[in-house]
Amino acid sequence: MYKSATNRRSFIKKMAMLSAMTAAASMFPGIIFASEQEKGIPEGANLDWKKGPCRFCGVGCGILVGTENGRAVAVKGDPNSSVNKGLLCVKGYHQIMCIQSKDRLTHALVKKNGKYVQTPINEALDLVASKMKGTIEKHGKDSVAMYTSGQSTIPEGYIASKLMKGAIGTNNLDCNARLCMASAVTGFLTSFGADEPMGCYEDIDHADYFVTWGNNMAEMHPVLFSRMLEQKSQRGAKIIDFATRTTRSSTASDKSILFEPQTDLAVANAICYEIIKNGWVNKSFVENHCSFSKGLTNMGYGLEDHYEFTDKPEKIDFDAYKEFLKDYSPEKVSKYSKVSVKDIKYLASIYGDPNKKVVSYWCMGMNQHTRGTWINNLVYNIHLLTGKISQPGNGPFSLTGQPSACGTAREVGTFTHKLPHGVVTNKEDREMAARIWKVPVENIPPKPTYHATEMFRAVDRGDIKFIWIQATNPLVSLPKTSRYRPGMEKDSCFIVVSDVFPTPTSDVADVILPASWHIEKSGLYGNSERRTQHWDKMVEGPGESTADAWMFIEVAKRMGYGNLFPYSKENHVEEIYNEYRQFHEGAKHGMAPLEVLKKESGAIWPYVNGKSTQWRFNAKYDPACSNGKDFHFYGKPDGKAVIWQRPFEEAPEKPDQEYPFWLNTGRVIEHWHTGSMTRRIPVLHQAMPHAYVEFHPDDAKSLGIRNGENIKITSRRGSCKLPASINERGLPTKGQVFVPFFDENMLINDVTLDAFCPISKEPDYKKCAVKVEKA
Amino acid sequence: MPIKSYLALPVAGRKDELMTALKSFHQCEVVPAKNQDVLALVTDTSNEMEEEILKEKIEAINSLKMLSLVSGFNTPPN
Repeated sequence: MYKSATNRRSFIKKMAMLSAMTAAASMFPGIIFASEQEKGIPEGANLDWKKGPCRFCGVGCGILVGTENGRAVAVKGDPNSSVNKGLLCVKGYHQIMCIQSKDRLTHALVKKNGKYVQTPINEALDLVASKMKGTIEKHGKDSVAMYTSGQSTIPEGYIASKLMKGAIGTNNLDCNARLCMASAVTGFLTSFGADEPMGCYEDIDHADYFVTWGNNMAEMHPVLFSRMLEQKSQRGAKIIDFATRTTRSSTASDKSILFEPQTDLAVANAICYEIIKNGWVNKSFVENHCSFSKGLTNMGYGLEDHYEFTDKPEKIDFDAYKEFLKDYSPEKVSKYSKVSVKDIKYLASIYGDPNKKVVSYWCMGMNQHTRGTWINNLVYNIHLLTGKISQPGNGPFSLTGQPSACGTAREVGTFTHKLPHGVVTNKEDREMAARIWKVPVENIPPKPTYHATEMFRAVDRGDIKFIWIQATNPLVSLPKTSRYRPGMEKDSCFIVVSDVFPTPTSDVADVILPASWHIEKSGLYGNSERRTQHWDKMVEGPGESTADAWMFIEVAKRMGYGNLFPYSKENHVEEIYNEYRQFHEGAKHGMAPLEVLKKESGAIWPYVNGKSTQWRFNAKYDPACSNGKDFHFYGKPDGKAVIWQRPFEEAPEKPDQEYPFWLNTGRVIEHWHTGSMTRRIPVLHQAMPHAYVEFHPDDAKSLGIRNGENIKITSRRGSCKLPASINERGLPTKGQVFVPFFDENMLINDVTLDAFCPISKEPDYKKCAVKVEKA
Repeated sequence: MPIKSYLALPVAGRKDELMTALKSFHQCEVVPAKNQDVLALVTDTSNEMEEEILKEKIEAINSLKMLSLVSGFNTPPN
């Protein structure tokens, strides 16, 4: 791993400082060291500070990047950003260090006779275009695919969608956001008919309680968690951590409640049971603004290729729903959830108290779940029954993992079923896209094709013969890489990877394209609170590195679609955004004009009459409400949100005699996702140089495992060797082990299961059965 | 050539005072937490004896409530 140009001694001092900060973070979760942001600033420097969003998580912190003589030399939090108010986390402070990495991809590489040969970018793009075109001519348009990213900018996602769906005419476009928040999307759509949270981060300043559902915010969303801790100390707001593992978030919370994996479904229903039983239902809200439905059950888990599922919603009434909940009394649920009756009643009492404001937060714990859509629905049920929604300090709030999972993947729509407005199955949405894209409506197929997991199954089967992967690293991040890596190594598929750094995914590519890092191009991201943020190009990228959107445009032109992509190299970001805005015109999803985004640290959509809408569906704040009532869930034709009857169902694979442990996977504060960026930031890499497997001390003792000892984790799919970690970062419950997935040298996803939620198609990385032995 | 890192906790309400006192030692680099009463401290000295003397001086600061060693490195000069 490359170390920066600083001398060894100052590097060690930096490591020592980071060690102290990391230790402080374990004692004071959410702690922020703001002065760290000044450390990289050379003495006497006359820096030009430019605003933008952070490159990492979905919180969308505003950053200021200091440039001098064409180089980015410092980062600090943007004090004008209402998201982070000048604060940053340890990844945010150090982000620009990765772009100086010595192994940066600076030129196109084309594999010739088994070896990569540096190739002029224009020649490489010629090859990509001719391969894509030739594959379509020989095998049909559904033989080519594109797999993009929640790190792609809004213009990049838009051009990818226009090229694949409008120009070529295939829905073979999906993205890595499928792996992290697709269940939140289907949850919102099924309950409200409109995607993304109704509230905003300002909820933190109003809530009395924060209930975090399987969500380690102290490490994954540290700036938001620090805002919650501030409210805890200033106003006495309380944090309740509901999880399967004790983390830094748990220790900083007022109460930590642990549950058996998968039983969050049952506990959520038990909370609703208690709310109804105790008369805590907000009757007026439910009568005026809610309807009740149930769907199909025993849906399966998508383990087989070509799996398909379509739900069949059926209207029910309140009495039927109440009857259904009789199976979920706290006494019954406590037996298999391992949550005490007292704690279930405690959770219900928080939501049930009409005088307390409650925000529920979640991220991968609920979304990466074989019943991910259901558990999202069930948390909405709690808020709908009590009317605690769409008001300052009251609401359900799904957090995202990537900087533009919302802006690009969800809003532009880089999923197989999506269009920039609506879905491919809807005729009117296809007509709108065809009109704005200036293509015949027949070009846009009405049926979705491959979601992420099925896309890589299709590569393995040989059905997809060309794939372009952009800004993502699926051979580390997919579940069951033990199948998909050999699949990608086959000669049957021509693979193009555009990225900033080499990764295990680019290692199997036929063409590697050198991509610009975010501050080396202009762009827009959309964060978890519906905030769109723009930035201007701040520095030149090295060599022939090129913005992804421009590479897509160049390939489109070479394929004969130049008339559909008439953008200029200098202003393509502005031109694309202005075209894209047409899809969302109106009070329900209006996007702020670019002039506004250039001046301000982002704006929240719907942006109406020069104002961000902070709380949707509430007539007091949302101009789109038109039913004359105080709330209007206008995403549904009847204007009512849906309370869903969703049962508890078991996970597809549970511990047994042969594989007696649950495996849970996740992240650490130092690294972002597969580590391709943060492992190239020396201080972060040194602070967390490799992955590990966490044990409960009782399990470690009974197995005779000592801290640091090498352990082999094996499932029915594959195995992985890692050092043991006991009583260090986190503490799994007995019978469970936890492994972070950032380390490409310890590929835990060779072990995980590619089961997914049948509705959202999002895989479950949190639950499968493994055995452990000394390596 | 020891390099050590510490967490320094101030006496209540005296964080700025502690910060100033620590910064007066040229061997100290201090980063205060923005939202907690904690300072991250790195010391850079020529030898163990100088480190010990510095530590004694730090521990004598009135506004210091607790000093907790986090990591220690011993390196050759540049």
